[in-house]
Amino acid sequence: MLIKRPSDIASSEITPPEIYRRRREFIKAAAAGIGLAGAGPLLLGGGSVLAETSGGTAIPNVRPSPFSTDEQRTSLDDVTHYNNFYEFGTEKSDPAANAGTLKTRPWTLVVDGACEAPGEIGIEDLLSGFTQEERVYRLRCVEAWAMVVPWVGFPLGDLLRRFKPTSKARYVAFETLLDPEQMPGQRRSVLDWPYREGLRMDEAMHPLTILATGLYGELLPNQNGAPLRLVVPWKYGFKSIKSIVRIRFTEREPQATWNMMQPDEYGFYANVNPAVDHPRWSQKKHRVIGEGLFARKHETLPFNGYGDQVASLYSGMDLRRYF
Amino acid sequence: MARSRAERVLPLAKVVLFAACLAPCGLLVWDAVSGSLGPNPVEALLHGTGDWALRLLLVTLAMTPLRRLTGQVWPIRLRRMLGLFAFFYVALHLTVYLWLDRELAWSTIVDDVIKRPYISVGFVAFLMLIPLALTSTRGWMRRLGRRWTQLHRAVYVIAVLGVVHYLWLVKADLREPLIYASVLTILLAFRVPWDRLGAMLRGVRVGRSGP
Ligand code: HEM
Repeated sequence: MLIKRPSDIASSEITPPEIYRRRREFIKAAAAGIGLAGAGPLLLGGGSVLAETSGGTAIPNVRPSPFSTDEQRTSLDDVTHYNNFYEFGTEKSDPAANAGTLKTRPWTLVVDGACEAPGEIGIEDLLSGFTQEERVYRLRCVEAWAMVVPWVGFPLGDLLRRFKPTSKARYVAFETLLDPEQMPGQRRSVLDWPYREGLRMDEAMHPLTILATGLYGELLPNQNGAPLRLVVPWKYGFKSIKSIVRIRFTEREPQATWNMMQPDEYGFYANVNPAVDHPRWSQKKHRVIGEGLFARKHETLPFNGYGDQVASLYSGMDLRRYF
Repeated sequence: MARSRAERVLPLAKVVLFAACLAPCGLLVWDAVSGSLGPNPVEALLHGTGDWALRLLLVTLAMTPLRRLTGQVWPIRLRRMLGLFAFFYVALHLTVYLWLDRELAWSTIVDDVIKRPYISVGFVAFLMLIPLALTSTRGWMRRLGRRWTQLHRAVYVIAVLGVVHYLWLVKADLREPLIYASVLTILLAFRVPWDRLGAMLRGVRVGRSGP
């Protein structure tokens, strides 16, 4: 039950050194005589690390980043088949099944609002004009599950500065594509389309905040928010808006889809916080996807473990009120 | 006198139904053992058992209308097994929740039952199902007589609680729970004594227009 079948393991090309290392760790752990129950997650992980290619388009010259965690990565298979992307359906398996209709080329991002140089930029220019880095981040969903995803992307701040935000720019608003033809989930009004999210300016400029263009070294699969999505690793996943077509600098706190829908359940800030429960479930622990049926849950850390880097953004704020 | 065809078929029907009711459980176990429950196996088991608990509860409630529509007694003969299987899936659902989902952390479980209305409602439904399962035998039916029928009317409340539980737990997409709610509404509508109600209303009108 815990062992991946050989068919799940892609016939990978060259094995990167870090995977050698992980394999060795795995062999050591196995040799150390860890029982089957304990080795289960490791076995799964071992298989998952091998399956690192999807047959997608590799992004060239990806640089490593000191912000990356060396925790066990969630398998590509799980990262691409367990998604909340209501534009393609409300089941976790829907995006993988339905996102084929999304056309990601050409793709234009509009940046406007309180800035001196509003304008547009195409996805190819985003890929070639910014140094792409690999950022292996923990992802904590508001639904109390988590993954570790090797994103490829660049700091959002690098992009925002190019458009010269003015002193009135206190927030940044984001919008997903609105096109029910390409996004069948938008044909029903499950959410108030288009999906919207927002960050405070200092959050948006924080070096941990990235715009992702890929994962596992390749261009983003459609179901993960291709061709361009936000990743804010210390906030619940729903803040990390997908398939972005518009970024706008604003003076007031922008609208955010889940927050508009259920303000008592989904705050604007949505920082990962084990001390503030979702009204319908506890946020103290989470399940790590890919660890199997009998794996224990993990303690959730404030700011998803990124407190050292980001807690100062919120000093003096009552995080129970501004959850 | 020769037994009717329906009565001859009944034992076989029961065996088939028993297997059919057990099949979803078998599939879940099979998927668990073969590792095909998907990326979040605990969630898959929790949802799978919850879905089948509610489905079987509604199928159980369909038996009385079915008898009326077909004029046959066999639906009533199958009703107990269906009801007990509904209880079986609720018990599995609760077990998955307590053991795999909550990891037997009793303080958080008590918290859930007290603080989270969708859990409270599900829990009450479970508690109410226990006496019904215990008194489902022929012996208890005889012993309780008319009170047995009254007691087992609790199943209407249980089904409503089950649907409310589902409605309250979804995040945004109410479509599926609303499908269950519609089916339940239709099944409950069969229980309303429309003719007596009509007669009553007519009676009132006659009363008013009297001398
Ligand atoms: C014994 C007390 C019960 C507890 C503690 C309980 C708990 C839960 C939990 C935690 C979920 C998952 C919620 C989520 O994923 O957000 C769930 C889902 C569900 N439960 Fe229960 N439940 C109980 C009783 C019942 C009963 C009596 C029924 C039906 C007769 C039922 C039917 C369902 C259904 C249909 C779902 C949704 C499955 C899906 O999303 O596909 N539950 N329950």
